[in-house]
Amino acid sequence: MYNLKEVIAEKPSRFTAGHRMCAGCGAPPVARMVMRALKKEDHAVVAGATGCMEVSTFIYPYTAWTDSFIHTAFECAGATCSGVEAAYKSLKKQGKLPEDEHTKFIAFGGDGGTYDIGLQSLSGAMERGHDMTYVCYDNGAYMNTGIQRSSATPRFADTTTTPAGKVIPGKTQSRKDLTEIMVSHHLPYVAQTIGVKNFNDLYAKAEKAIYTKGACFLNVLAPCPRGWGYSTDMLMEINRLAVETCYWPLYEVENGVYRMTYIPSKKLPIEEFLKLQKRFAHMFKPGNEWMIEEFQKEVDTRWDELLKKCEMSKLN
Amino acid sequence: MSIRERLSGNEASAIAMKQINPDVVAAFPITPSTEIPQYFSSFVNNGTVDTEFVAVESEHSAMSACIGAQAAGARAMTATSSNGLSLMWEMIYIASSTRLPIVMSLVNRAVSGPLNIHNDHSDAMGVRDSGWIMLFSENNQEAYDNLLMAHRIAENSNVMLPLMVCQDGFITSHSIENIDLLEDDKVRDFVGTYKPEHYLLNRKEPIAVGPLDLQGYLFEHKYGQSQAMKNAKKVILDVAKDFENLTGRKYSFFEEYRLEDAEIAIICMNSTAGTTKDVVDNLREKGIKAGLLKIRVFRPFPAEEIAKAICHVKAVAVLDKADSLNAAGGPLFTDVTSAMYLNDCKVPTVNYIYGIGGRDTTTKEITSVFTDLEDIVRSNTVTNPYRYLGVRVEK
Repeated sequence: MYNLKEVIAEKPSRFTAGHRMCAGCGAPPVARMVMRALKKEDHAVVAGATGCMEVSTFIYPYTAWTDSFIHTAFECAGATCSGVEAAYKSLKKQGKLPEDEHTKFIAFGGDGGTYDIGLQSLSGAMERGHDMTYVCYDNGAYMNTGIQRSSATPRFADTTTTPAGKVIPGKTQSRKDLTEIMVSHHLPYVAQTIGVKNFNDLYAKAEKAIYTKGACFLNVLAPCPRGWGYSTDMLMEINRLAVETCYWPLYEVENGVYRMTYIPSKKLPIEEFLKLQKRFAHMFKPGNEWMIEEFQKEVDTRWDELLKKCEMSKLN
Repeated sequence: MSIRERLSGNEASAIAMKQINPDVVAAFPITPSTEIPQYFSSFVNNGTVDTEFVAVESEHSAMSACIGAQAAGARAMTATSSNGLSLMWEMIYIASSTRLPIVMSLVNRAVSGPLNIHNDHSDAMGVRDSGWIMLFSENNQEAYDNLLMAHRIAENSNVMLPLMVCQDGFITSHSIENIDLLEDDKVRDFVGTYKPEHYLLNRKEPIAVGPLDLQGYLFEHKYGQSQAMKNAKKVILDVAKDFENLTGRKYSFFEEYRLEDAEIAIICMNSTAGTTKDVVDNLREKGIKAGLLKIRVFRPFPAEEIAKAICHVKAVAVLDKADSLNAAGGPLFTDVTSAMYLNDCKVPTVNYIYGIGGRDTTTKEITSVFTDLEDIVRSNTVTNPYRYLGVRVEK
């Protein structure tokens, strides 16, 4: 039975304090919990895409990673990690590494480095089936360069390249569904998760991804206080509301079988999630009610589609 | 005893890779280098090598995977051409600045655009400042030999830089010529095993590779690369000496062909050197003292040595199979002339851009260059130092 206190007591953080991520950022808890999902005795090589997490955790000559870490460029954490994994396989096969010791491979990329510029590299690495876990910490924009829109940015969001203007009210396009794209790669394990409550969902999925043989993918919503415009103490509340409004469904797809890992007992209206964030403030102005309606409609459609897939999986 | 064979440049390169038996090869198909990973993957699938072959989805990923693999503690190799190298460009710099001795076979081809699959050196010249050691090869034998020497140079602790072996697309890569191969065990003994000092897979010493490297350190790290490039010069010669002891084949920074007593000389790289040698022999028979300096090591650039080797001639032509489009001269020309200037070598020098996009360069054209050099010697003036050889221009 999962117990957060026990996990923390038993497994010291492999992502250390002293990194320079912002207060109230959703990404560090993700990194910490994913790394904690490793067995104590296992070594890991972490590959990072250029982005907030990389530039804040590995500024020469310091690193916040107690395992081995490699960063090369923005769009190629997938390919870089696949090279490390291929080296491991080769050296292991040749008896150049100890047989009884295990190394796991984890890549971290933001939504820019994963949904957009890194999509090809990710897709290639996943299709080739490298024994690795790719973790996207999705904060819904290019936060590191100053909050520019990405294909993960939700519709209507105010970003520096989709400003809520007098004529165009923020981003006009809907969010890409990367988790489903990854499911279409027919991977052994794909999951969508977030850091809520006692982090059980995140921990369990990370553990499953890391210890499932083959290429696995985790999409983790990781709010950004600067880009989303919330006060730093509200991180966990935003995460909770993302789940309770069904904006960010928690589910997993194991060998093609869909399963919801959490269904809110009472689905909250999307305003609850939107109203805490400045990037959606213009949606609450008189006359803009249609935006909230449209947003709600999209959340509902996507949630219903997902429920259907889960139902279908049960029937099969 | 060496093995006599008849192989194309691509086959010879693939066989060199087989004998080297790298831990990881990551590559993507592109004409004309495609055959190298193609032949190599048959070695992988038939169990003749221990290599993990990563059939990546792009050249950018090929170089990224090589960086990951080499940093992990493996020997990584790749092959590419032209636009493939262009797509790798970002990662090419990251490979060298991370000080990873990756070895690449670059089968030279014109960089788009417009699209052209044939040989020139615009791909290699695009990465000449990237911190890779660059060896050029006149034929299949040299492509093979350079690959066998590559790891010993790149992995030397005073160097630790990636290295590319260039050969001319189609002209060398697809032409079958005689070649002397070494036995597998001799190659393995010569190349040796890779023993990285620090590597990702060493759990006893976890490391972090590829930091955010700001004002406080990047300058020093770049200086380190420049020193490594300087150090490479001695290592290249040392390895060549060992290689000569093993094979009898002599290599240096460049080859001097009938240059010692030459009065006019051509400087060029790769397969055109073969054509030039033929022309030099013909001219010598006519009593014209022509010579050739064929560059093998383009990076590090043996500036002082080149200047010394050509200083006695009366006129020099530098042939560039890529233009710099700088209104001043091709890349090899500007390197050679600045080397000459700094070494007080005042010889009239002229530049020819030639063979672009695989345009055939014949003995007749090379002969015309020597004729031009004779005119320069006679008149003692260079009217236009930046010329094109064999281009059709509307008058």
